[in-house]
Amino acid sequence: MSILIAVITLAVISILFGILLGYSSIKFHVEGDPIVDKIDAILPQTQCGQCTYPGCRPYAEAIISGEANINQCPPGGEVTMLALSELLGVEPVSLDDEHANEPEKTVVYIDEQTCIGCTLCIQACPVDAILGAAKQMHTIIESECTGCDLCIPPCPVDCIHIRPVKVEPDTWRWSRPDSQQTAPTA
Amino acid sequence: MTRSSQQLWHFHGGLKLDSHKSMSTTSPIVKAKLPAKLTIPVQQHIGEAGQLLVNVGDKVLKGQVIADCPEYISAPVHAPSSGCIIEISELPAPHPSGLNTLCVVIETDGQDQWVTPNPTKYPNTKSPAELRQLIRKAGIVGLGGAAFPTAVKVNPVQADTGNKAHIETLIINGAECEPYISCDDMLMREFAEELISGCSIIQYMVAAAHCLIAIEDNKPAAIAAIETVIKAQALHTIEVVSIPTLYPTGGEKQLIKVLTHKEVPSDGFPSDIGLLVQNVGTAVAVHNAIVLGEPLISRIVTITGEGVNQPQNMNVLIGTSMADLIEQSGGYHKDASKLIMGGPMMGFTLQTDNLPVVKGCNCLLVENTPVDTPATMPCIRCGACASVCPAQLLPQQLFWMASSKNFDLVQDYHLFDCIECGCCSQVCPSQIPLVQYYRFAKTEIWNQERDKIKSDHARLRHDFRQARLDREKKERAEKLRKKKELLEKKKQAEAAAKTDSKDAEVDPKKAAIEAAMKRVQEKKAAQQAESNNSTESSAASSAANSATSSATNSATSDEK
Repeated sequence: MSILIAVITLAVISILFGILLGYSSIKFHVEGDPIVDKIDAILPQTQCGQCTYPGCRPYAEAIISGEANINQCPPGGEVTMLALSELLGVEPVSLDDEHANEPEKTVVYIDEQTCIGCTLCIQACPVDAILGAAKQMHTIIESECTGCDLCIPPCPVDCIHIRPVKVEPDTWRWSRPDSQQTAPTA
Repeated sequence: MTRSSQQLWHFHGGLKLDSHKSMSTTSPIVKAKLPAKLTIPVQQHIGEAGQLLVNVGDKVLKGQVIADCPEYISAPVHAPSSGCIIEISELPAPHPSGLNTLCVVIETDGQDQWVTPNPTKYPNTKSPAELRQLIRKAGIVGLGGAAFPTAVKVNPVQADTGNKAHIETLIINGAECEPYISCDDMLMREFAEELISGCSIIQYMVAAAHCLIAIEDNKPAAIAAIETVIKAQALHTIEVVSIPTLYPTGGEKQLIKVLTHKEVPSDGFPSDIGLLVQNVGTAVAVHNAIVLGEPLISRIVTITGEGVNQPQNMNVLIGTSMADLIEQSGGYHKDASKLIMGGPMMGFTLQTDNLPVVKGCNCLLVENTPVDTPATMPCIRCGACASVCPAQLLPQQLFWMASSKNFDLVQDYHLFDCIECGCCSQVCPSQIPLVQYYRFAKTEIWNQERDKIKSDHARLRHDFRQARLDREKKERAEKLRKKKELLEKKKQAEAAAKTDSKDAEVDPKKAAIEAAMKRVQEKKAAQQAESNNSTESSAASSAANSATSSATNSATSDEK
């Protein structure tokens, strides 16, 4: 008898919890993958493809699927890698040597004398930062350019050049004082 | 009158420093010579940069606006003297970065001719809003060093929230706590009447019941000068408060703590607790703008330090070259090693003296100490920095976090409450340049915020482009499908037309033949009827009617 009571009690509890879980899975259903959004929010959105994925979101999805490592974003540099490691709870991975230093921010500009108006760069730009039409001169909207350099390879006349973003007194940064000290890891 | 009964409090930490002020206070303020060339940076304030209103070759008069901006947090820039604009280009400006900014260069004509000034004789007849507008037009910014537009600060309605603050007490900051600097001291001694007038105007504008003029007790001459004026004018709402000399009492939040025992909220403003703090120089500038109608085109600058031969205070036109001022102050001492804008604690080193004086430049300090600073040693965790920090922060923790670029944590430890006073660096036995770490962390965090805004914007554009490409693809597919459908319909129609084509071609011919046959028959019938008419003249009217109608019919068909 006492065994029966225990079995019935457990059965009732499990049914109740089953209903609760079933209800909450419908009620609190989340569309899409929120962690991908979080990773995407950290990535610098240059859409440059240097991570070998076609854009920042595909890279975020690749990180989640375990395909990609967190140190594959050169424009983001160390800051992005550290943010990703903190978000995902994984150990920081050292960047490749060439990406160890913070990358200099650049934008591109079109040598408008040479441009033949082929529109190939317009099709390559992931953020619609190039203005122009067929057989008309093209130009870069500098404030929209992310410096991904994806427009450079398609150009048949090599009229697109890289230049560093100009530092204004407003955007100037103090440098870290030279110090051999490192913070304790604790 | 000095409120001797005024109870004073203490802020946390602080340092007693050697004042070194007497070297520049022995002689009265000297008016600097009118320079041949004035270089005026377009942006000399916190906020939006102004847009140029003049071109190269233009003649400008003293006090004429040369750059202005419609943005709320902004201040116009005026020509400090009359002359001709000879250059508008990117030139070095006094900024820790040493970067160039847009400057207007005026070649002075020596006549110093004013635009017609527009003085307001009785400021109390104007509404506070009108006075604020006048202050804005005069280009007044905080002259204590921060250069925040004064018209914004004296507006009790906050721009972002729209909340109207009630200002109970106006505090005029004459503490001038940083060593070497004495421009406020000299200003209070020589322009006490103007200062009181400016205080009254600001007090009226913000409807403050009281006005406290706080002066450190190492400036007895200034205190005496202001008290004399207050006594002479029998003012009851303005009081001079002598406060103990302790660095950094002149900090806004520290001064409030000393005078009122209140603390400004970490992310708030003094107006949140019913206070407004203005520098003494700003108050005099307000007097000049309202009562004399003169914009802010000059300020008092202390030229001092062991590295300059004749330390003094000078009344300088904005845009005057620093090299000129040093030269007029007896030139550099042979041991001079370093030129600093601001004081020894909060100022920054300038790489060259070929820079213009700007609105926020209160002091030029020439040091003769050896340039090579003692070597930095490891932190020994002594905690001396925390005990002197006037903002009650943990400088050591901030240092570890900033040096390891842990920018999230450093903000949790209230990095942005740091006023960069330099007390922690001063007392550090290991000579760690702590403030430089905080400045580094602050600018890095701002940079990350800018990057975040930019990347969010880029994501939006990328998503939009993706959506557009998808839409175009769909539209193209739809177009193609419609074209195909149309083509198929056409094909079907053509096929159907081919099968019917013979009937369709015969039909009209047949009809024509039939019609022709009918006409012939009708004609024949009509002719028969006419021949019958002669015999049957009394025919029925209906018959005749039909005959005529058929006749006309035949006639018309003949015509055709």
